[in-house]
Amino acid sequence: MKGLHLCNMKKFLNHRLAVSGAIIILVISVFAISAPLISPYQPDDIAIGQYLLAPSAKHWMGTDILGRDLFSRMAYGARISLIVGLVSVCIAVIQGVFFGAIAGYYGKSVDNIIMRFVDIMLCFPNIFLILALVALLEPNIIIIMVVIGATSWMGIARLVRAEILSLKERDFVKAARACGVSDFKIIIRHLVPNAMAPVIVSATLGVAGAILLESSLSFLGIGVQPPTPSWGNILMDAKLSLGIAWWMTLFPGAAIFITVLGYNLLGEGLRDLLLLRK
Amino acid sequence: MLTLFLRRLFMLIPLLIGISLISFLVIHCAPGKPTDMQLQLNQKVSLQVRERLEKLYGLDKPLMTQYVMWVKRLIRLDFGNSFIDNRPVIDKIKERIPITLTINILSLMLILIIAVPIGVLSAVYQESLFDRAMTVFVFIGFAMPTFWLALLLMKFFSVTLQLLPVSGITSIDFENYSFMGKVIDYSRHLFLPIIISAFTGLAGLSRYMRTSMIHVLQQDYIRTAKAKGLTMAKVYFYHALKNALLPVITILGMSIPGLIAGSVIAESIFAIPGMGKLYYDAVMSRDYAVIMAILVIGAFLTLMGNLLADLAYFIADPRIRVGPCE
Repeated sequence: MKGLHLCNMKKFLNHRLAVSGAIIILVISVFAISAPLISPYQPDDIAIGQYLLAPSAKHWMGTDILGRDLFSRMAYGARISLIVGLVSVCIAVIQGVFFGAIAGYYGKSVDNIIMRFVDIMLCFPNIFLILALVALLEPNIIIIMVVIGATSWMGIARLVRAEILSLKERDFVKAARACGVSDFKIIIRHLVPNAMAPVIVSATLGVAGAILLESSLSFLGIGVQPPTPSWGNILMDAKLSLGIAWWMTLFPGAAIFITVLGYNLLGEGLRDLLLLRK
Repeated sequence: MLTLFLRRLFMLIPLLIGISLISFLVIHCAPGKPTDMQLQLNQKVSLQVRERLEKLYGLDKPLMTQYVMWVKRLIRLDFGNSFIDNRPVIDKIKERIPITLTINILSLMLILIIAVPIGVLSAVYQESLFDRAMTVFVFIGFAMPTFWLALLLMKFFSVTLQLLPVSGITSIDFENYSFMGKVIDYSRHLFLPIIISAFTGLAGLSRYMRTSMIHVLQQDYIRTAKAKGLTMAKVYFYHALKNALLPVITILGMSIPGLIAGSVIAESIFAIPGMGKLYYDAVMSRDYAVIMAILVIGAFLTLMGNLLADLAYFIADPRIRVGPCE
């Protein structure tokens, strides 16, 4: 796992799943980053009298129930979806690697306590816990990211623990210990980097899951709060105009679907490249 | 096997304590007090009234005492009264649970009936057109936001074709229907919610089934079965399927929290008065008693699901059932 060598890059580029996923993610990311440049209107500009206009040259994706330009809202919404997805997975990875590494390295009662805690957390249907936490703490983007991260680290912890359980018996770890390297350094420098392959795969798939969760929450009205646009809360508005404005339902849903698909494809591709072909 | 099962039961105790502790802490560490909802409505509430109300709910005691009190009542299935309409929480849940269970059990059956054959056929005819089409379907299934699918199906079946009702669980004149009419009315209302709850699970399970079946098909005993001239149908659906289904049992157990979680979304979209909708409404109105009760019950159902799956595994796998040879 020492960097992406040129030949690894070649392998990656030859993997159709991984490449198509990466391209989708790239396109959506560019769409999100360039939101202020490409959107013709402000996302919360209300045009009086121009409610629910069908897509046209003036409004590429039509307008919503308040007369806001849907394309601009989609572009700004992409930022929210991607940021929430990436940041909450980062939180989950940090937490999962931390608990998994400690459990795997120290074993015995430390392991027992951490893994029982993982079991307990896995008993809660995730949306239940997230809904309760977000609603009670007041729904804003930061809280949503922290809560999604704090409720989705368990799988990563299990993966890291399993990797480290087998890694710590290897000679290079014994050698490091014999040289008097501290536990902390052994974990950070020698064990965790070698246990990252399954974490990378799981994190990529996790971004997809986090984007789905955020949009579900926003759709239920407990996620990103209007007027800040998010693909999920645009769909919440779409529910009100279901029979009359197809563009309100089609575009945000398709955007979520394609983004999640992109991360899933990349994740499956990376699983193939990093884990199965070893 | 019995000792194994007893040990498994024993393991549940710390999990149950953990579940109750987390459900309790989630609610009590949140800012704001449960009584705020009742007090905010009336600005003129005096300090005495506030204190009396807090005493009524035991909010003036230390956290640990409150937890012990709550657990004691929990064991007697007394979840307290709803803060919104003052009805016992357990009654509200009792009304709702059959609907949610019906939807989830039916969609679980639907998942099994469809996913198992798909998985078997994709494994047997690996890399065929069918297998490739199913792989595409799996990716679609994983990426599809269920609430979007729900909106699309709702638009198509209920708005455009006007075939199915948009929401609710019964029609307005439900009382006047004959028995068959009632059954048909229920199924018309539940058709879309069941499809929605089944969709993601369908993709997942057919993929697991495929992987598990491919693994089994590489075993020696399958070659033997083929060599002794059994029909292919018998080899695949009798000899191979039996072993390939074993890991699926565990996966089914693990999919239960997902199904329960999905019912929140499906039920709030279709306005179905089940547990998920009850939970959503409770969260929106900060009805602490209901939130805590459903958190505990949801986690408990998951635990029971996993236990049942393990039990089924013990029974289905002769290596565990009979135990190692002495």
